[in-house]
Order: sequence, then C-alpha cells, then structure tokens
Amino acid sequence: MAEITSLRDAVAQLVHDGDTVALEGFTHLIPHAAGQEIIRQRRRDLTLVRMTPDIVYDQLIGAGCAKKLIFSWGGNPGVGSLHRFRDAVQNSWPVPLEIEEHSHAGMANRYVAGASGLPFAVLRGYRGTDLPKHTDTIKTITCPFTGEELAAVPAINPDVSIIHAQRADRAGNVQMWGLVGVQKEAVLAARRSLVTVEEVVDELTPVPGQVILPTWAVTAVAEVPGGAHPSYASGYSERDNEYYAYWDSIGRERDSFQRWLEEKVFTTEVAQ
Amino acid sequence: MMSVAAARALSGGQRVFVGIGLPSTAANLARRTHAGDLVLIYESGTLGSKPTRLPASIGDGILADTADAVISVPEVFNYWLQPGRIDVGFLGAAQLDKFGNINTTVIGTDYADPKVRLPGAGGAPEIAANCHEVYVVVRQSKRSFVEQVDFITSFGHGRGKGDREKLGLPGAGPTLVITDLGVMRPDPDTAELVLTQIHEGVTVEQVKEATGWDLKVAPDLTTTPAPTEAELTALRELKAAK
Repeated sequence: MAEITSLRDAVAQLVHDGDTVALEGFTHLIPHAAGQEIIRQRRRDLTLVRMTPDIVYDQLIGAGCAKKLIFSWGGNPGVGSLHRFRDAVQNSWPVPLEIEEHSHAGMANRYVAGASGLPFAVLRGYRGTDLPKHTDTIKTITCPFTGEELAAVPAINPDVSIIHAQRADRAGNVQMWGLVGVQKEAVLAARRSLVTVEEVVDELTPVPGQVILPTWAVTAVAEVPGGAHPSYASGYSERDNEYYAYWDSIGRERDSFQRWLEEKVFTTEVAQ
Repeated sequence: MMSVAAARALSGGQRVFVGIGLPSTAANLARRTHAGDLVLIYESGTLGSKPTRLPASIGDGILADTADAVISVPEVFNYWLQPGRIDVGFLGAAQLDKFGNINTTVIGTDYADPKVRLPGAGGAPEIAANCHEVYVVVRQSKRSFVEQVDFITSFGHGRGKGDREKLGLPGAGPTLVITDLGVMRPDPDTAELVLTQIHEGVTVEQVKEATGWDLKVAPDLTTTPAPTEAELTALRELKAAK
C-alpha cells in the first residue's frame, strides 16, 4: 500500500546514494519539485534514467548528483541545448558524466520490458546507425520464427521511479490523464516508486483516458501542488513556456547556475 | 520560404510524424491551406492533432486537447511507427551528408570527447527507418552540409543506392531535403543528393557555396514559385494565433 507522506520524507526514504533513478514525464507532468528535493538532500553517484532529460536533469547533473545518464534525447525543448549536461559531457564539470545513449523507441521498449518482468525487449530499431558502436546495451537477436535480425535492449528496472500525477485518494490510488508518456511503465518497472500529485482527494472522480496506478503498485505518494512547474498538469496548470527560455540564461554559465542553486534550491525549504 | 516549400510537399490525407519547429510549422500550414485532412502525429502520443495555434513543444497541451486519440509513448513507436503506418516523417539535422544521413548526436569524430554534444537521437532513427518517406528540413551552410556526417544518428542512403535495402529498412528514406536556399532530391541511380530546385532570388552559386561537397545540379532545375497571398496569410495567422 502506498504511504502518503511528505516530499522530503519520501525522498529521504526512497532515494539513496548510488541508486538508479528515473524521473519520467513526457513534456507533461514532469516531477520538477522531486528533482530539486533530490538536489537539496545532496544525493550523489546516481544513475539517472530518462527518455528526454530536460531542465530537471540539467539541474541534477549541474548539482553533481549524477555519475551516469541513460537517455535518448537531451535538450531544452523548443529552446536549445542543456548547458549543464553539455558541460558535464564535454568538460566533466562538476563531475564526469558517463552516458548510455539510446533512441526513444529503444528506451520506451526497455521500460516496457522492465514493467513486463522480462529481461529484454526486441524492436526493429537502430539499423544502420552508429549508436550500437558506442552503446553496449544494444545487441542483435535473430527471430526464431522468421530469421529476421532485430535489435535487443535490456529491461530497465530502476531502484526508484518518480512521476507527477494529477490526483490521488487517501488510500494512495493514483489517477493521471492527458499525455501519459512512459510514466506507467516507469513505475511498474521500478523496485520502489514515488508519485507526487497536485492534490489528495477523498474520492477520485473518473476522467476520460485516465490511467490508474492502484495503491498497491506504488510505494509513496506526496501532495506537491505545482510540483511539475515549469511543465504542466492537464486540468490544473499550463506549461510555463517562458521559464524554458529563461532557463537558458541560468544554465548557460556555471556562476549563474550556482547562484540559482543557492537561491532557489538550498535556501528554499519545501512546504510541509 | 522554407516552411512554405515544406508545406507544399505534403498533400491530402497523409499521415505525418511531426517534430517541433519547422516541421510543425510546415505541417500546420499545409493543414490550413491545401491539405485540410492531413493527419498529424506527435511523438508525445497524439494521433490526429488539430491545433488552433502553433504548439510550443511536442507535448503542448493543445495537441492532446485537439487529438483524435491520446496514447502512450511505447504505443506511438511500437503500434504506429514500427509497422509502417506513417507516410511521412519530418526530420531536422545538425549535420546532413550527401547521401542524406543525419547527425544529431555529436560534432567531432571522437564520440567520447566531442567538440559539441548535441541532443541525441530521440525518435529519429526509427522515423528515418520506418516512415514511407522522410523529408529533411534544415538551414543550409557549409558546416551543416558535409561530405560525410561525423555520426550516423539516422540512416539516410548510407554510402549509396542499395544500402537501405541491404539493411532491410522498409521506408524509402530521405526523398526530399528542403533548405532555406532550395530543394534537393536523391539521384535515382546513385542516391546522392542533387539540387533540383532553388528558391526565388537564390542563385546556384549561392547554394554550392553553402554545401560542403561538390553539389550536382539537376539538368531540369526549377525555381520554387513565390509564396501565394493565401499561403502568406495562413502563415501569418498561424504565427499570430495564441
């Protein structure tokens, strides 16, 4: 059964130094507040997993929380580069960052295999690209029925997956809807999970297209209104497009980033 | 001009895999002008989006709110893209070479110590493999149009005709490259990109200057007709809509 707890306590209990951690959310419902709490608690040596490392991973990488990144597209969507990510890859600042690079199709299938309890996934992918030369988690397998050569990628089973959703009830059942990306798979693939939600309600009202994660499939739920900002939560908030552009000016230089960390993360206590 | 030329390449009820930026502008412009029943598919998980303004990102809420269906990301790639249900994939490129191979991963030949680290693959390798055709939309310069890309993120025509078939890639690969200067198409015999069209006011010399290989020019080179009033109005309305 999911424990309903505070963000601070949930991160303290569920995220440990050296863990493999996935924070998922495909443009929508990105768990930014949880990412900043991980920075605040100064976790180190994390292997971060995410299809689209964007601002929240730029922050975690720049703060020195990560030793490795498993990903398929790293950028500031609609704006340009992630400068902290680039600085870590090109200059090892603040610490060296190992990368394991896939395509979206490969990453999505790795989560599906993880959620399915399978050791690997097959897909018709990567053919002709240079990715398999540099990523040893891309192999080839022959179909036993047709003889077709296909790509095989290992399951992702994070120690902990963290997502943001719209609502949970007091029993810890989680409801989300809209663009649901790969969040359900990330939670089901993980050993432990944390869902931050816009609100905890007495009773969940059914919504078209909703995804339910039953309380027994989730480890912890924390109420964090606005916890996806600057991304959005359909039905609750709009995407703050200006913030994505603004981040470029913060993330571009080490000094401005350090100032941002001090002012907006380390000296800010989370509510509760 | 680039978005108008790209919009014109789309027609009828084609199913288009759309990326943000120029591809999205072009696809939405086509839907508002000559191809009203174009089916827009975004990798965030929207099938048949009909946005009333330009989306700010592939996951803009307006794409989900106006879609025929909203699906998960594994479903987009496994059920819709992989089996070949999508006609046209629109891709951008940091580097493009003379056989239409695309690099969006690293600049520099040492992957572990790159000159510039780019965003990476995203959905592109499988879009380039599995869509029936690929249109590449990219600004042209000597830096971006190179003899051979530093890293193949998405396979175009390899080192020439027949390379796609050898790999068993189902789609036709890049059949059209649209730049701010003109349009290139693969030569039917060699698969090398050849300049087939220049935009109004551009000279062949200018295009050659902005290409990092000895660009061949089609004997029947044409000029892109100037944007019509209707296209310009639709483009302005699209860009102004909030």
